[in-house]
Amino acid sequence: MKPPPFDYHAPRSLGEALDVLAEAGEEGKVLAGGQSLIPLLNMRLAAPAHLVDINRLPGLAAVEAAPDGVRIGALARHAQVERSEPAAVAQPLLRQALRLVAHPVIRNRGTVVGSLVHADPAAELPAVLALLGGSVRLARRGGTRDVPAGEFFTGPLESAAAPGELAVSALFPALPPRSGTAFREVARRHGDYALAGVAALVGLDEDLRVTTARVACVSAGPVPAVADVAGACGHRPPASADWAGAAEAVRARAEPEDDIHATAAYRRHLIGVLAERALRDAAREALNA
Amino acid sequence: MPEQAHEITLVVNGTVRRAEVPGRRLLSDCLRHDLGLTGTHVGCEHGVCGCCTVLLDGEPVRSCLTFAVTVDGREITTVEGLADGDRMSPVQRAFAECHGLQCGFCTPGFLCTVTALLRENPAPTEEEVLEGVSGNLCRCTGYQNILKAVHRAAEIMAEES
Ligand SMILES: Cc1cc2nc3c(=O)[nH]c(=O)nc-3n(C[C@H](O)[C@H](O)[C@H](O)COP(=O)(O)OP(=O)(O)OC[C@H]3O[C@@H](n4cnc5c(N)ncnc54)[C@H](O)[C@@H]3O)c2cc1C
Ligand code: FES
Ligand code: FES
Repeated sequence: MKPPPFDYHAPRSLGEALDVLAEAGEEGKVLAGGQSLIPLLNMRLAAPAHLVDINRLPGLAAVEAAPDGVRIGALARHAQVERSEPAAVAQPLLRQALRLVAHPVIRNRGTVVGSLVHADPAAELPAVLALLGGSVRLARRGGTRDVPAGEFFTGPLESAAAPGELAVSALFPALPPRSGTAFREVARRHGDYALAGVAALVGLDEDLRVTTARVACVSAGPVPAVADVAGACGHRPPASADWAGAAEAVRARAEPEDDIHATAAYRRHLIGVLAERALRDAAREALNA
Repeated sequence: MPEQAHEITLVVNGTVRRAEVPGRRLLSDCLRHDLGLTGTHVGCEHGVCGCCTVLLDGEPVRSCLTFAVTVDGREITTVEGLADGDRMSPVQRAFAECHGLQCGFCTPGFLCTVTALLRENPAPTEEEVLEGVSGNLCRCTGYQNILKAVHRAAEIMAEES
């Protein structure tokens, strides 16, 4: 089908964009890469009166790797972030996750920040932001606020970005020393949204014993929930840590749902298997770090 | 109230083209209906099938998930622009030679995707080819000949360079 009619706005500056969004209020929608919004418009599942196309705004496409992490601007495309060497060095989980997001052609247009605001429980990047404890910077006419990941994802396809607000960037914290990450998922077809997926972060102390072990799951509940499984692993070297016990703890906490692609029980099973694999992979990376 | 029209200019296959379109006009429909370039096919309008893939400033994108107004002023290459006059491009010749198509519905999207893929990576591995075309669906060929065609195109390009 074709999109319903809307008033199209193409602001040339951030100030102008925020003015238009403030005036449009509930009736306004931001258009970034369009890789989630345009399918919804084509299917007529969304019908905003005003579409605010941010593709012409200057200065929003930056990907900046600093000691505290990688700050990604609202117009940085998935493909651009995936290619960024400084971003991959500062936080390897970004590239690991981005390779699992859709197909290369979709990644040429889709934006990282758009994926966060879209807040699909099946999407990889919200899980990454949640796992790392990152944040999203929201601008509105007259102000800016940073919202931590734990408060940003409020429900399936719902984020803390309010009408009139524009997400200008997101911060993905850097990988701490002696830490490793991994992303494992299962999809029916390559490039599809995952039936289930697990992002893991493992950190070691100076004696190379596990001190941090966290995972965030995809397609396992309404929002990307983070599970701290350091206790379940035991304060031991990776070779003797109880990864199976940790994975069982993750599996027990997951809240997947049935849909036409998979049953909740199958998803729960996958989450257990993937959690163990992702934790072991992340621990290996940590030992190599 | 009639829908507001936007005056846009696209450089399509090297030619400056103007069109007057509503904001909601998909690039795929703009190319096909407003500009008469029906080589770009439309299958799903969800971004899933890939047959609407065109090159935007040389980079493959889904024309069904792009509004024409968003790309005002930019360069588009469609399947009609791949050949050099009467001479088909290496990718087109390889698809013909390897039977990389049957009904041809998916072909414009594959040709654009593969053209960009080989420009970025002139000697892709098996794995890279598979990943590169994984976003394009074909209901006829069973894909094997398409994969062969991509490798053959890389060969032809190497021979001719
Ligand atoms: C075939 C296909 C397969 C896909 N598979 C996957 C997958 O496996 N995993 C995955 O994670 N994603 C997948 N996607 C979605 C893709 O990653 C999108 O790019 C992403 O979800 C949204 O980014 P966008 O820039 O395209 O946002 P848009 O589509 O432009 O916007 C999405 C939503 O976010 C809002 N928004 C966007 N940017 C901002 C901003 N800066 N400020 C405020 N609001 C904003 C919009 O108003 C809209 O509501 C797939 C898409 C397609 C078409
Ligand atoms: S028509 Fe665009 S991807 Fe199917
Ligand atoms: S040749 Fe018929 S769909 Fe590919």
